[in-house]
Amino acid sequence: MTDRVRENSGHGGHPGRRPSRRQLLTTTAAGLVVAGTGSVHAQSPRKPVIANAKNQPPNVPDWSKVLGDGVAARPYGTPSKYEAHVVRQDVEWLTASRESSVNFTPLHELDGIITPNGLCFERHHGGAARINPLDHRLMVNGLVDKPMLFTIDDIKRFPRVNRIHFLECAANTGMEWRGAQLNGCQFTHGMVHNVMYTGVPLKLILEEAGLKPNARWLLLEGADSAGMTRSLPLEKALKDTLVAFKMNGEALREEQGYPLRVVVPGWEGNLWVKWLRRIEVGDQPWHTREETSKYTDLLADGRSRRFTYIMDAKSVVTNPSPQAPLRYKGHNVLTGLAWSGRGTIARVDVSLDGGRNWRTARIDGPVLEASLTRFYVEFDWQGEELLIQSRAMDSTGYVQPSKAELRKVRGVNSIYHNNGMQTWLVRANGETENVEIS
Amino acid sequence: MSRFREVVVAALVVFAAAPALAEKLGLGREASPQEVAAWDIDVRPDGQGLPKGSGTVAQGEEIFQTQCAACHGEFGEGKDRWPAVAGGLGSLKNDRPDKTVGSFWPYPATIFDYVRRAMPFGNSQSLSPDELYALTAYILFLNDVSKDPKLELDERNLASLKMPNADQFYDDDREKTERSFWNRKPCMKDCKSKIEVLGRARVLDVTPESKTAPRVD
Repeated sequence: MTDRVRENSGHGGHPGRRPSRRQLLTTTAAGLVVAGTGSVHAQSPRKPVIANAKNQPPNVPDWSKVLGDGVAARPYGTPSKYEAHVVRQDVEWLTASRESSVNFTPLHELDGIITPNGLCFERHHGGAARINPLDHRLMVNGLVDKPMLFTIDDIKRFPRVNRIHFLECAANTGMEWRGAQLNGCQFTHGMVHNVMYTGVPLKLILEEAGLKPNARWLLLEGADSAGMTRSLPLEKALKDTLVAFKMNGEALREEQGYPLRVVVPGWEGNLWVKWLRRIEVGDQPWHTREETSKYTDLLADGRSRRFTYIMDAKSVVTNPSPQAPLRYKGHNVLTGLAWSGRGTIARVDVSLDGGRNWRTARIDGPVLEASLTRFYVEFDWQGEELLIQSRAMDSTGYVQPSKAELRKVRGVNSIYHNNGMQTWLVRANGETENVEIS
Repeated sequence: MSRFREVVVAALVVFAAAPALAEKLGLGREASPQEVAAWDIDVRPDGQGLPKGSGTVAQGEEIFQTQCAACHGEFGEGKDRWPAVAGGLGSLKNDRPDKTVGSFWPYPATIFDYVRRAMPFGNSQSLSPDELYALTAYILFLNDVSKDPKLELDERNLASLKMPNADQFYDDDREKTERSFWNRKPCMKDCKSKIEVLGRARVLDVTPESKTAPRVD
């Protein structure tokens, strides 16, 4: 039995092409009748992958008979061609240009807590700079005893640390303030990634320049064509901020700030300045464009909160979700991610009936400060309609609010910091949709 | 015994913490005044960092039409999905607020700082101080922050202009105003009586109008 699986399906598809509702329905209906042997899981965005009974028991598949590639075939390995659909995607209408834009991590295709480097969402304000590390310098100036210049080699001679942290864009889920809009957790929640950084505590770099007694704030500046700048309170800089040069063991990717980026644990992604070229020490904040015009939260009374740095506790069920519908009746695994900028994840509750009743999910894998945390609920499904929600609770006792609770305080125009609970509607045929419920 | 335990615990804490150094490592080199001056381009609301120079509304209009209008519109009204830099005054409480330099930005110095470092899009750091003063003057004039068509800005007067929305920002107060979100005993059983689907995601091929769509620019 062979099933032709969707081309450019709701599973993701090729960037720039949009899955249609019809394709979603077709796929899901086909998926449900699959019995196991003939199931087709992966597909390239363009070409459908077709299962071949000749490679299934009791036959011996081709790959068991012939030699595979030698060790020189892939000096830098890439995923199997059957995983070609697992890619970042953007939503073209969201921004005026792709250089000042964002794409999204395919959360529904990932597991565990670490985001692979090539799938970490991108957010640029002037495109991803391409920097020769030999020419790159980090300047420290302002209220210091001695203004300094560091090469990348200098930075790598400082004592270094390894830390796993999530980076979430403050605008993650920002399109959903007025109601359910984008169909897929990649689009609703994909402006988050979780990486192990290797870097130097910023404190050590500042000490090398020597702080003046009236130092209170830092200006972090990127070397990209946006010259991205944010003001960072000195207290946070000295507490746990890093200047990182590696992610998940290898050099930072260009789109993540190669050769240097700032890591500000638990705080909004915009502060994690990429392509870091300069740190100025001052006695007050700079009120740059990125902390006045943007990344301030406009509330219903017309006033705006500023310096809303911390990312509140949040969670999302990644499977099932619109791009990863339920395909089988019987035993199923629900999984998702929870995180908090205020500490560790203490508990995650999951509801399958729209928040009427809750059960506590099973957390598996490392539970770290300001890190994504993986949770699971194993459940039996017989085709009944589900309204799936998850609710994170962190080590400070903060409980992820509902969207209604959030709107009551914030209105619908704040763009940033939408950490309200997500609802997925699973229909009888397994199709899953982003909905808003009472 | 307990004393011993304290010492062990203290030692562990030191090990687990980030490396702390008493002395400098002697890494890097001192930056020269010329190097600092060339890279230190930021401007603060109080005017610190403004370079010497000046520019008028009329000069700014000319530069705006050649360097900016293709994206921001002739009168700063914005084109396609590119941001408007003028208009929207008094709209911040509306259902669809129009956040522009005039209606939203708190400080004029931020215009100078941002345009200097990031504009024109794709040709950053190409404008001279005089051109930057002129553009800032024109943008403020477009927004009626100054109604004087002869306005000339320089390093002495730029920071003194007051923006309409300057006093409407306040520091993060979530821990106070959202205190109810800290709740150690959330409901687990029979938490709701009636559950209704209020809205559904529109599929991805719905393109909202530029003015009303949510944006992450």
